[in-house]
Amino acid sequence: MSASNDWNKKDSSPQGLRHAVRRCASRAFFATIIFCFTALQLSAQDQNPLANDPKASKLGEFQFRSNCAFCHGLGARGGGRGPDLTRAQKRHGNSDADLFRTINEGVPGTAMPPNGATQQGVGMTDTEIWQVIAYIRSVQVKTPAQPPGDAAHGKQLFFGAAVCSTCHMIEGKGGRLGPDLTTTGSARAIDYLVESVRYPSRRLAQGISEAMKEFSQEYETVKVETADGQKFTGVVLNEDHFTLQMLDLREQLHLFEKDKLRSYEKSRESLMPPYDQKMLSDKDLQDVLAFLLSVGAQ
Amino acid sequence: MRTPFIRSSRCAPLLFLASTILAASNAHAQVTPQRLLETAKEPQNWLMYSGDYSGHRFSALDQITTSNAGALVPKWAYQTMAGGKFETTPLVVDGVLYATGQDDRAFALDARTGRPIWQYQRALPADIRPCCGRVNRGLAILGDKVFFGTLDTHVVALDSKTGNLIWDATAFDYRKGYSITLAPLAIKNLVIVGVSGGEYGIRGFIDAYDASTGERKWRFYTVPGPGEPGHETWEGDSWKIGGAPAWITGSYDPATNTTFWTTGNPSPSNRGEGRAGDNLYSNSLLALDPDTGKLKWYFQFTKHDEHDWDATQVPVMIDQGEKHFIAQANRNGYFYVIDRSTGKLVFSNPYAKTTWSNSKDAEGRPVSMKEASPTPEGSRVCPGAAGATNWMSPTYDPQTKLFYVTAREQCDIFSTAPQPYEEGHAYYGSAYFPNDDTAPFWGALRAIDPGTGKIKWEWKHPSPTWSGVLSTAGGLVFTGDAEGNFIALDAATGKALWHFQCGASVYSSPMSFAIDGKQYVAVAAGSALFTFALP
Repeated sequence: MSASNDWNKKDSSPQGLRHAVRRCASRAFFATIIFCFTALQLSAQDQNPLANDPKASKLGEFQFRSNCAFCHGLGARGGGRGPDLTRAQKRHGNSDADLFRTINEGVPGTAMPPNGATQQGVGMTDTEIWQVIAYIRSVQVKTPAQPPGDAAHGKQLFFGAAVCSTCHMIEGKGGRLGPDLTTTGSARAIDYLVESVRYPSRRLAQGISEAMKEFSQEYETVKVETADGQKFTGVVLNEDHFTLQMLDLREQLHLFEKDKLRSYEKSRESLMPPYDQKMLSDKDLQDVLAFLLSVGAQ
Repeated sequence: MRTPFIRSSRCAPLLFLASTILAASNAHAQVTPQRLLETAKEPQNWLMYSGDYSGHRFSALDQITTSNAGALVPKWAYQTMAGGKFETTPLVVDGVLYATGQDDRAFALDARTGRPIWQYQRALPADIRPCCGRVNRGLAILGDKVFFGTLDTHVVALDSKTGNLIWDATAFDYRKGYSITLAPLAIKNLVIVGVSGGEYGIRGFIDAYDASTGERKWRFYTVPGPGEPGHETWEGDSWKIGGAPAWITGSYDPATNTTFWTTGNPSPSNRGEGRAGDNLYSNSLLALDPDTGKLKWYFQFTKHDEHDWDATQVPVMIDQGEKHFIAQANRNGYFYVIDRSTGKLVFSNPYAKTTWSNSKDAEGRPVSMKEASPTPEGSRVCPGAAGATNWMSPTYDPQTKLFYVTAREQCDIFSTAPQPYEEGHAYYGSAYFPNDDTAPFWGALRAIDPGTGKIKWEWKHPSPTWSGVLSTAGGLVFTGDAEGNFIALDAATGKALWHFQCGASVYSSPMSFAIDGKQYVAVAAGSALFTFALP
């Protein structure tokens, strides 16, 4: 086996290395030397063997388009359900080994599948995963995104004057009508977040961690009138052709059969008011963003 | 006989009973080639993937009607206990139901109770390369054997009473990116299959095996080699990795002894650079002699495809008086009617949103615009890569004379991503992803008049479905949705009459059978096969 092929081996995780080291200790002397030599070679997998190889990053860009862009968008700036990967700080680990593991094994409990297990793709080789990592490194910003805002003030605004928490939860506190924003700061591009605050109807929310759903919840606005004349406005939690599961403005859950309703009207005009300069100045918006990012960074 | 099952007949229930008793008397008789030709004589059975050779997916059973469909109830369910998409269409022969499952399972059940008679699980190698899930769409039956194609690209015959392996033929080396997912088609003493692998730069083919021995009788390469007509439609050596897989079951016209098969994308799927030319016989309808595998004629739907628009939709044979046609709602968004004797196009008409063509050639075939080609930055095209429809079966109802198809309204951004060819490895050369539209994708069941291509009615799905469609003589069409509903609609109007929540998306095409004088409708959803009947 040539050294140049070593990074193609599967077990690149830190745990794997720890096991390898432990196993080394229990071997006969001669075997130990050979094995530990291999382990030293393996440790190279902590770092991308293709780092700083512009050719690898270009090939990685093509691999990224074929395998990742469907969720993470062209240019890796985030898509429907995939986080923005140009951010310096990655939620599931920042080292090359972390990225490799995330790509190869997926992220349990989210829509991020293990490599090759999407039922649509065919999986990448280890080399191709390293190419993708080389590409991600080439497009990510050099320093962690630290908006100039004041996160502490942003938190006060979020739970106070800006009334974000009336509808949005962060770490278990807040309302239910809008998406939980705990992970949004670490996942979405800054301009996406700004647009969502200033023009909430331009692009309705798309869930990031809804592994179970083929199509994610979008918090569409719904107005219904029941057969006995009660009227409810709220957000769609789920629906199919025949039924509707919704939350009204008072966060009451309603489960309807559509054909029993007097009227049913769905709209892609968000219930969230557009936060213009009067409602939230640019400076305050920066503070709220700083708060969202500080939550995501934890 | 189809006549007793016509809805208007007052004697229908009596004749229905008589017919099934008659069938019971030859229970467990061998499935002869003659029986496959005369499926209309035994509507209680479902003897091949599409129900009969015409590709109609129509059941002549009429016990479940527009008036009583609302009373349908589940009768039994069978769980494969496997993950992934469950795409099978079962066969039913004289009270026994045969089907395949994920990971190349096959099983036989008591069709009345759902109790297993035998279960087979293929020992698959760890390094198989199915592009799009460890799926299988079903079996063929002939004599005392059932046949299926495997993810490691073999064709196998199992004993229909025990599930014992009778023969196992290697079609190709799976390590090179080939696999088989379709239900074979049995004609005479032959078992005909085609391969999957359009994502790997394979060279597609259609094979025929001797049903008794497993010996391969012929192979038709869907990409012509040097010296063969059509070879000139490939640039340089690109034909060697030209794709054109044949991964959906064909149909058969006994009158002319012609079997019709469809093919998928040229490889790499969304990048035309390096394979200049029409790329025959990718995205085509092929008319083959089933005895020899010789090509009689072809019709190419999408020349030099760059959008993954496989033509792998079941070819549906429709007769109007003395005229014989094949209709196909193609993945590229157009509905085509083709003369079955000559392969000449009669007309083409869009049945979903299309943005890739603004003109037609002399034969009436839509021509792709330059602007629709994928670019490095990405170019927005409708339909998207999943197509305006896909492999899920359409149905033709000879009573309403309508063609029903599952449609998808989605546009994608197609971007090039050049990559070198490497044997057995993914070879897309490109990528696609959802476009930036604020509105979500949606789907519909559309009833098309095959005489004009006009849409008569549509049933909207909140999101696109991968369910096929069944029509029945009771005036019904059955389909499933991505939200897990299995639905009965009035074939004439598209009005929903009944639905059942299966608990998971439907990725299969339904069928119908009868046993003990009771009509059932069956569909696979999630990991379960469900059957429904009147109480």
